[in-house]
Amino acid sequence: MSWWDRATPVVLGLPFNFFWLLAWILCTPAVMSLAYWLEKRR
Amino acid sequence: MSPGAVPIAIIAGIVGLGSGIGFWAGRKRPLNLEEWVVAGRGLGLVLVWLLTAGELFTVFSLLGLSGWIYSRGGPTLYILAYTTLAQVVGFFLLPAIWEHGRAHGIQTQPDFFVQRYGSPLLGAFVALAGVFFLILYLQLQLTGLGIIVQAASFERIGRAPAMLAAAALVAAFVFTSGVRGVAWVSVLKDFLLVAAVFVIGLSLPYIHFGGIGPMFAAVAGAKPGHLTMPGATANLGHSWYVSTVLLTSLSFTWPHIFGSAFTAKSGDTLRWNAVIMPFYVIPLMLIIFVGCAAILVVPHLANGDLALLMVVRRTFPPWILGVVGGAGALTAMVPAAIQILTASTLLAKNLCRPVFSPAMTDQQVARLARIAVVAITAIALVLAMNSSATLVGLLLMAYAGVGQFFPGIVLGLYSERVTAAGIFTGMAAGFSLVAFLILTHRDPFHGISAGFVALVVNFALVAAVSFLG
Repeated sequence: MSWWDRATPVVLGLPFNFFWLLAWILCTPAVMSLAYWLEKRR
Repeated sequence: MSPGAVPIAIIAGIVGLGSGIGFWAGRKRPLNLEEWVVAGRGLGLVLVWLLTAGELFTVFSLLGLSGWIYSRGGPTLYILAYTTLAQVVGFFLLPAIWEHGRAHGIQTQPDFFVQRYGSPLLGAFVALAGVFFLILYLQLQLTGLGIIVQAASFERIGRAPAMLAAAALVAAFVFTSGVRGVAWVSVLKDFLLVAAVFVIGLSLPYIHFGGIGPMFAAVAGAKPGHLTMPGATANLGHSWYVSTVLLTSLSFTWPHIFGSAFTAKSGDTLRWNAVIMPFYVIPLMLIIFVGCAAILVVPHLANGDLALLMVVRRTFPPWILGVVGGAGALTAMVPAAIQILTASTLLAKNLCRPVFSPAMTDQQVARLARIAVVAITAIALVLAMNSSATLVGLLLMAYAGVGQFFPGIVLGLYSERVTAAGIFTGMAAGFSLVAFLILTHRDPFHGISAGFVALVVNFALVAAVSFLG
């Protein structure tokens, strides 16, 4: 956590911790779609 | 004309329209318990999405979130993290709960405990605790609504009459239309709220700072360290963050969120709902932008919960304040409606019936639940009018409390060996520990959130009593 909870570098205008969290949030639907697809195949 | 006239007229118009939709949705529907509580288990993806978004996106998300980033800074990120993680938890558990519910005709969270553990008394205990937490959450919505009307009217209208009028409207459309009415009001609420948040969240940084990047640079320059943890707080650091996110990601243990799973047409509806729900976190990020702008535009507010409304009031014409206020009012009323509906059902079906009158028919329970709507609303209103605690403190205590339902639900679904005695012991100890740690100001406890500490003790006791007893 200490690795990502910091203000720099600034990415897309956001402090690094804001950017890092937002990136994970946007990845979540993709990962869950994959989980959904894998579960349907079983 | 006073400056508050335009925003108040717009807020009244939006609230009136929303309530009208609520009444309209319930017309020509049968008035039985199954329809009122779980909409006959017939809602498709769109209405389930709006209903669960309505539960996720409360007035706390609007005022509390912007207030936290304004007065506390970095620790606020926990709200975005847990909201997303809660969808992952829901993706795996809600379809299983839905299947179980359909197979056994379950309508409420205490129904689940009664059915799984064969103990109406355990169900009554769960119902009692659930009603208590729901009333806390409900009075928070009413308090937020009072703040909105007060700020939008330029302090011409007090909190009390605003809360009274809104609570009466909410109770009335819950009374007539049940959960289906609430889902339909969410259509207007979500449309207005997302539109309002995008407009103010994207324009405020440009109007005052010339862009999002320059705004964050200005905040970092004026208040170094504010945007990382622990921000402006003394003890909300990384271990607090991890333990709080893990605990609050179990938010489906809220009785009204648990219960709304049963409104879905199928388990797949709930899975898809969880997949798309994280997109709803984007508006939350925009609300954080608004709170950041407020740090420098309207500094020195005594109450951080006012940050969003005050920066909007300072920047935009009165009609935009009115639209934001109206969307905010519905954002309080929709969750309040679901919470009133759930609390009154728990009170009538899972508390009064087994304890006082086991011979009651479902029809009589439905009638009693409608009377309970009035009682629950009145209690929450009295609490909201006399409350001095801040919005977030209460929410944290209630969240820490509902998390203690988790072992009984997850072990109930996946383990044969847990017993009613084990679940009761763990839950009672969990509640006691949460109340003790929070009321004696020991939260966070050695850096860990009180609810998480209680949950660990809760699990250990469930295992000890179930497997050794």
